[in-house]
Amino acid sequence: MRVGLFATCVADTMFPDAARATAMILERLGHEVVVPREQTCCGQMHMNAGYRSEALPLAERFVATFGEFDAVVSPSSSCVGAIRELYPQLLAIDPPLLQRTMELSEFLVHRLGVEDVGASYPHRVTYHPTCHSLRVTRIGDAPLRLLRNVKGLELVELPDATECCGFGGTFSIKNAGTSSAILADKCSAIESTDADVCTAVDGSCLLQIGGGLSRRGDRVRAVHLAEILAST
Amino acid sequence: MRGPDETFPQAAARELGDAQLRANLGNATATIRDKRARVVDELPDWEQLRDAGSAIKAEVMADLDGYLLQFEQALRAAGATVHWARDGAEACAVVAQVARAHNATEVVKVKSLTTDEIELNATLAQQGIHALETDFAELILQLDGDWSSHILVPAIHRNRTEIRDLFKRTIAPEIASDEPAVLAEAARLYLRERFLDAKVGVSGANFGVAETGTLCVVESEGNGRMCTTLPPVLVSIIGIEKLVPTFADLEVFLQLLPRSSTGERMNPYTSLWTGVTDADGPQELHVVLLDNGRTRVLKDEIGRQALHCIRCSACLNVCPVYSRTGGHAYGSVYPGPIGAILTPQLIGIENAPTLPFASSLCGACYDACPVKIDIPRVLLHLREQAVLATGKRSERAAMRALAWVFASAGRLRLAQRLARIAQRPLVRSGVIHRLPPPLSGWTDTRDMRPVAAHGFVEQASAERERPE
Amino acid sequence: MNSSSRDEILARVRAAKGATRTPDQHPPTPRDYRHSDTRPHDELVALFCERVGDYRAEVQRVAADQLPDTIAAVAARHHARRLAIPWQLPDDWQPHGLELIPDDTLTARALDGCDGVITGCSSAVAETGTIALTAAPHEGRRVLSLVPDLHICIVHSQQIVGSVPEAITQLAVITQGERRPITLISGPSATSDIELQRVEGVHGPRKLVVLVIEEPG
Repeated sequence: MRVGLFATCVADTMFPDAARATAMILERLGHEVVVPREQTCCGQMHMNAGYRSEALPLAERFVATFGEFDAVVSPSSSCVGAIRELYPQLLAIDPPLLQRTMELSEFLVHRLGVEDVGASYPHRVTYHPTCHSLRVTRIGDAPLRLLRNVKGLELVELPDATECCGFGGTFSIKNAGTSSAILADKCSAIESTDADVCTAVDGSCLLQIGGGLSRRGDRVRAVHLAEILAST
Repeated sequence: MRGPDETFPQAAARELGDAQLRANLGNATATIRDKRARVVDELPDWEQLRDAGSAIKAEVMADLDGYLLQFEQALRAAGATVHWARDGAEACAVVAQVARAHNATEVVKVKSLTTDEIELNATLAQQGIHALETDFAELILQLDGDWSSHILVPAIHRNRTEIRDLFKRTIAPEIASDEPAVLAEAARLYLRERFLDAKVGVSGANFGVAETGTLCVVESEGNGRMCTTLPPVLVSIIGIEKLVPTFADLEVFLQLLPRSSTGERMNPYTSLWTGVTDADGPQELHVVLLDNGRTRVLKDEIGRQALHCIRCSACLNVCPVYSRTGGHAYGSVYPGPIGAILTPQLIGIENAPTLPFASSLCGACYDACPVKIDIPRVLLHLREQAVLATGKRSERAAMRALAWVFASAGRLRLAQRLARIAQRPLVRSGVIHRLPPPLSGWTDTRDMRPVAAHGFVEQASAERERPE
Repeated sequence: MNSSSRDEILARVRAAKGATRTPDQHPPTPRDYRHSDTRPHDELVALFCERVGDYRAEVQRVAADQLPDTIAAVAARHHARRLAIPWQLPDDWQPHGLELIPDDTLTARALDGCDGVITGCSSAVAETGTIALTAAPHEGRRVLSLVPDLHICIVHSQQIVGSVPEAITQLAVITQGERRPITLISGPSATSDIELQRVEGVHGPRKLVVLVIEEPG
């Protein structure tokens, strides 16, 4: 398959290794991965912050940049969620491209039927299911299926896993106090697993969780799922 | 309806600092969440019930005038007097007028958010009429407020010793024990006397059946039955959105509501009455149909689904924000996720512009809502309105600048390069501990990851263009 | 004021509706939820007893000819000697050795002086452990089952249906016809307002005893 890789502005800027890992995994499985250099941002933040008209050109840009691919894969479940759920309202059309846009783990498990990507990662890992992956893109347990097949990986369940991490885009700044209160409970839950690594399918959540763990002096690292799956 | 006096972030900051409140709230919401999950999981057709509930409510809104007229006609045929109230003042005036007509200086009341919305108690008090709250929790708040003679911001659940002391000061001077059963007995005895003597009862209604004129009150303690059965006169105030088309529709809502609200298969008492019944219950029934901003909500095609709410509070209990800040942070009778979309629409977005932003958009509320109100969607819709109505120029400028950067790959790369330079003095051991305003809110409580040394797209697309 | 309030509200509603589809363009309500419980009836009776018991009501299954003695025993257990009864409580239900006070528009205070009340019911729901009273002659006025502290409620096993929709269908007929008031009872009255601890019995009867009459043999 000819896959367009949508890195997302967050991954491109803050987690380039996650985007790189995404490309590597797909290539390892024999797919042609193209990284259109004109890509930028899906506009999710603007849409969520009430700046719909500012988001519209970004949505149009995304469609123009990625229109030609068999599939578009991204390391961010929230961006994919915005593209599939919000773009139809924003653009007033629902081009087939939107439903061909998937986050990495749902692409691997639901589209390709692959649960073992030949990865090896000998660490104790806990998984935070992000709100968008749970309730918008509804990827279910796809990441867990993939993690269970990673050699040497000890998967430990996160208590109260489906609780939000508190990021919420501009909410993390505008309502910093509440965002931090929510994060504190998430970090406590992560600490209680005694994991080496907390993983998720969204860079935004990893920024929030990683930032909280770091401030608390925790040794737990926040690592994107793609990086674990690319590891050999 | 009164709106918030302060912004949500300000109010939340204060409420988050109350450790006792947070502990109580955390406990309470977690307990009800689990109960709800268990009884919902029991039903194999929960999703089908939600679909029906959602569709029934949409049908009502689509022909609300027709259903209101049908309801009015059925009520009158059943012997009720129907009043229409454009706002809270008109609704309160009906209650006051009825009380005066019967020389009642006290009315007994069932807990009703609608009556809180219209500030019934305070309005009646100004006219020398005492509205006695008969729900256990409301009674406590009322006694406490009267005793302290100032407006309190009470914790949601007082502990038993505090309640014992309050009762000792007010309704039960002889009380000694703080055992819950003893406290409940004290309230029972005190209120029983008032129920038996009451001339006028006041209630809200969970549902009104348009087809038959039936009113429905769902409760646990029995005070609802007392207020709607014992006094010879009853005034029931119902928001115009509370209608359901037919009696049969109750088969859906009487499954959705108890399981969603208290996490029970069925609540202890549900009362359904149709007008006046000879020699049984009140012989004079007044029904007040209340607008008070609901028609304003109805105008908004996306926002009007907020009127579908059946006041179960499931969304409150699953909300990561509400379960930490509590209801007072929202500054409204309607807090939590539903409050964040209903309050601004009832009173105008300019009067509650920060409420739609009091959410991390996690979507748990939408999943929990028994009538499938797409709260996240309405939040985004209202955020757009808030930005247009009250947005700060500096924020708009920043967002436009950002959108302008994102509109060009070249500009994004340049911005990344500039950020790498700008962050150098801020990075210590691979971590940023302090960001300048307006981002300082982040680093008050969290570290920030630095911008990576190289952007992915720039490198990767260059690599892939290189001839093999 | 009132008729202009009415006109204005209706006008606002119509104006607000303006942009939407007309009612006949509205899709029909999907009703794919369960409309009945098809389990065998004796299973439903057992389920009903279990669910009522979950609310901490007392439940007993009784043969019809044992009913009066069972009621007497229940009353004795609860130290109840004066029991109010609806004016058409069946004769063959009435216990001996107790003072039975037929409700001839007793005042609420008079009822408050009774130790308990015996009523029948109109319908019962197994899934939720709910009893429906509709102020029929063998059930009495609403105040009857509200004020006294002990409510002994007779449910005939044939009155038990499985699901809420089945009960509502039956009750709809009563509402549309005679417009009798309906009270759905699921356990004794309760509050969870004191440190989230469920406390039985605030205003309604603190003791609910449900006697399920079985068919003989």
